[in-house]
Order: sequence, then structure tokens, then C-alpha cells
Amino acid sequence: MSGNWIKVCEKDDIDEEDVIRFDHSGKTFAVYRSPADEFFATDGLCTHEHIHLADGLVMDEIIECPKHNGRFNYKTGEAKGAPVCVNLKTYPVKVEDGSVFISV
Amino acid sequence: MSHFVIVGAGECGARAAFALREKGFDGEITLVGSEAIAPYERPPLSKASVLETLDPKFIASLEKYAESGIRLLSDVTAQDVDPVAKTVTCSDGSRLAYDKMLLATGAIARPLPGAAMNSAHIRSLRTHADAMALRKAMLPGKHIAIIGGGFIGLELAAMARMLCADVTVIEGLERVLKRGVPEDIAHVITQRHRAEGVDVRCGIAISALTEEGGKAIVRLSTGETIEADLVLVGIGAIPSTELAMRAGLTIENGIAVNEYLMTSAPDIYAAGDCCSFPLAIYGGRRVRLESWRNAQEQGTLAAANMMGVDEAISAVPWFWSDQYDMTLQIAGLSEGAVTHLRRDLGESAFMLFHLDEAGRLLAASGIGPGNAVARDIRLAEMLIAARAHPDPAALVASNIKLKSLLAA
Ligand SMILES: Cc1cc2nc3c(=O)[nH]c(=O)nc-3n(C[C@H](O)[C@H](O)[C@H](O)COP(=O)(O)OP(=O)(O)OC[C@H]3O[C@@H](n4cnc5c(N)ncnc54)[C@H](O)[C@@H]3O)c2cc1C
Ligand code: FES
Repeated sequence: MSGNWIKVCEKDDIDEEDVIRFDHSGKTFAVYRSPADEFFATDGLCTHEHIHLADGLVMDEIIECPKHNGRFNYKTGEAKGAPVCVNLKTYPVKVEDGSVFISV
Repeated sequence: MSHFVIVGAGECGARAAFALREKGFDGEITLVGSEAIAPYERPPLSKASVLETLDPKFIASLEKYAESGIRLLSDVTAQDVDPVAKTVTCSDGSRLAYDKMLLATGAIARPLPGAAMNSAHIRSLRTHADAMALRKAMLPGKHIAIIGGGFIGLELAAMARMLCADVTVIEGLERVLKRGVPEDIAHVITQRHRAEGVDVRCGIAISALTEEGGKAIVRLSTGETIEADLVLVGIGAIPSTELAMRAGLTIENGIAVNEYLMTSAPDIYAAGDCCSFPLAIYGGRRVRLESWRNAQEQGTLAAANMMGVDEAISAVPWFWSDQYDMTLQIAGLSEGAVTHLRRDLGESAFMLFHLDEAGRLLAASGIGPGNAVARDIRLAEMLIAARAHPDPAALVASNIKLKSLLAA
């Protein structure tokens, strides 16, 4: 994919089955570490009311919005039902030398 | 072809209609709603987002109803149900034959006895039209009096302050949010309103509410009189049960349903704000909730059960409220709790755990800026659903993650 990789953080800055917020050039992203120790990234704001998803709870491959519990699959961006109906955009992620990068 | 009729096009009815399609129902769906516009979300009506736009936040676009094969009849009221002939007669003169019906008639604002409901200077808040009327009146320097220190009244007080109106809140009980919110949290909310310049007055009854000379006049039990440009009557909601009552269904603080959301009449279900139901996690205690997530979840569950799934209600009640930059969240029902434990979440956020005598977690409530309490309330909700008896020492220790208690 795109060669424009941006460093997010060190691998261990994100707990397993957790998420952090990452802001870059005026945009906000959510970067996830799955229970299987893989990394993913999506847009940072919920598609229902523009709430930061990084305050939400990660359960397996689901991120749940902190505001009204809208759910997305963070691996695919798929909205999993009411109140969210618009999917999240996802971004490629790579881990190199213990650091996490996303391509935006 | 089978025909499912949903009466009440609010959060619950609309979600149920879409859920039927998502679950593969291929019969006809008719969604009948009294309001003139398509189903919209009510929570924004008392929140800052209503200041940003004049448009309601619709649950779905009209195209989406058409695409999903949902016949939406707006501005039509269901007037009579014949549960034997299985028909419903509507205000537009039509009579619909149904195979199964869902009553999702919601609730209306509770009127103040003896006072006008929606006049030039007195208003309740349930619909988008109410919100627009209130918004028009909330101008700098205008005085807004709010009767009732419940969620809607306090959210509206916060909005009115953001618009620089003067605000008085009059609560009959000794404190605001007496129903369902622990004292410590209600205290934080009261203090914040006072700091923002709201005059919060508790323990005061209303002896009369009238309109005179272009103002609303509130007479208080103390003998005082308050003049306001607008009065919001926010003293709770009552379930819309007339239709069900006329059809002979059992009513018990709302349309009574069993754990599958079935009413006392065959093939008629009820869900959302209009119904009372037994809540298994609290020993089958009958409750009625006025909560947005409950309306969604029950709409979805009713859809499944109308299709023959037979799934019982298991959800934990959950509610939130936004005032200024603070969010309050509550999971579970705290009735019967004897122990209340506090966990601090950073500097300005905290949550309370409510446990019964045996140490079972019944409910959790939290308040803080933004979404500071959301994650931990959600984890507490899972503990409540699991009927857990968590270690009290771990609950209060902010450095022990709640997630670790779930696995235990
Ligand atoms: C201002 C406001 C703020 C709120 N904020 C929050 C919040 O922050 N958090 C939260 O959890 N909850 C909140 N709520 C509560 C939440 O909005 C309700 O729980 C939810 O709307 C209930 O959905 P419902 O579909 O059961 O009922 P309703 O939304 O009341 O919808 C019922 C619909 O049925 C229609 N109807 C009734 N009878 C008939 C008939 N005979 N024929 C045809 N149509 C009929 C009504 O006109 C109405 O449109 C708020 C409510 C209000 C009013
Ligand atoms: S803002 Fe995310 S579900 Fe509403």
C-alpha cells in the first residue's frame, strides 16, 4: 500500500486488547492491539456522534463506543448495529523494531 | 404474506422494523407513527447538539425505509386494536390486519395538574417541536424556570446557561435526581449547576402555574412567586397505554409483558418506554425503563421474538446524561443496595459501586468530564450481568483494572 508510514508509538505503549488515540496532521485515529497481539487502526471518531473511540472498551475484535455503546469491528471497520450504521475507515498498520506505524 | 404492524414510530418501533429485516423477515412491515416526521432520536433534544442544527437526528433516511420495504405511515395514530379479529384501526380511516403486532407507543411528558402543557410560556419536552420552541425562548437575559430537577430539566438548564439565559430549577424533593441517582453524584451535579449560575431550589412545591401578561407565573409553596419568560415542566413521563388499555391488555405501570415481551393478548408484543417487564437479573422484579438503549435493545428483541426466536430479556439497564462537559452513566438498578463503594478515576471523575448484603454488585454509577467513566461503567455492567460478587478492596483500588475482575 502507501509508502507514507507514520510512527504511532512503541508496541508496548498499547496494552493487549486495548486502544489508544493517535492524532496526526489534524486527524484523529484509534490504534488497537488485539488479544492475539496484532495491531490495527481506524478513524478515531465514532460515526454516530464524533466521539473519540479510544475512550471505549476493546473486547476481542470489537471496539465499543464510550458514548452510546455503538460497536465496530476494528479489524474491518464494520458497524455492528444500532446506533451506528456507517462503517469506520481502517488504515494499514505495521510493526517494525518494536514500533507501530500506520499508513494514512 | 405475513403482515407485522408496529405501532409507535420512535426509537423502539423504528429499530424493531429494521431488526426484522436484518433478521430476514420477508413479510410486510407497517410502522405507524403519530408524529408528522420520520423517527428521530430524542436524547439530543435536551443536549448541546440541538443547538447546532434545526434538523432532528433521524434514525434512518426515508430512502432506507423504502429500500428495506418498511411502510412508514407518519402523522397517523392507531386508535383501536381488535385483538380477536387482529386488526388495528387508524386515524386516517384505514384498518390494518396484522399477523403480529408490536406496541412501541413510548411515553409522554407528565402534565402538571391544573396547568397548561404546551402554551406560549409553558412547555414540556418530548418532541422535536418542543425542543425547537424551547430553543427559541432560551435567549440571553430571558428567565427560564424549570419545574422538576430530573434529567431532562437539568440537561435543559445546562443548555439554557450555555445560551446565557437565567435559569431557576425548582425541585419538590429535598434534592435533585432523587430517583435512581446516588446522593454523591447528584451533589456534584447540583454544585456544578450552581457554579454555572443556575438557581437550584429543592424541597419546594408548586402551588400554581399560570400565564399572565406575557409571562408564566409560578407560585411556590413558600408563598413566593417566580416570573419567567418560559417554564419547562419536567416532572417525568407517563407510559402511553390508552390503546392497549382499550384493547383490554393487562396494564401494570405500563403495558405488562412477560420476559419475551409478549403482552396478555396473543400475537401482540410491547417494548420500550411503554412497557413494564420482569427483569431476571433482579429476581424477576417488574420494572419499566425510560432509557434509549433499552428502547433499542427491546425493539431488537421484540423483532426476534415476533419471528419465533423466544429469547428472554437479559440486558442490564443502562442510562446516560450529559450536562455541560460532564457525563453521568448508570448501569443496573441500585434498589436493595446496602454498600456503596467509591473508586476514583483520575482527578475529577469517580464511580460508585452499589452492592447488596451478600456482596453482589447490583449497580454502578459514575460521573466525570467527557467519557472518563464510560469504560469502567461498561466493565461494571458486565460484572452486574454476571451476577458477580467482586472483591470490595479491588473495586476501590484505582490501580486494579476492572477488566481483571471479569476474568476472575
Ligand atoms: C428530551 C429527552 C432526552 C432524553 N435523554 C436521554 C438520555 O440522555 N439517555 C437515555 O438513556 N434516554 C434518554 N431519553 C429517553 C429516550 O429517548 C426514550 O427512552 C426513548 O425515546 C424511548 O423510545 P420508545 O420508542 O419506547 O418511545 P418514544 O420515543 O416515546 O416513541 C413512541 C412513539 O410512538 C408514538 N405513538 C404513541 N402512541 C401512538 C399511537 N397510538 N399510534 C401511533 N403512534 C403512537 C409517539 O408519538 C412516539 O413518536 C430522553 C428522552 C427525552 C424526551
Ligand atoms: S457516539 Fe458512538 S455510539 Fe453514539
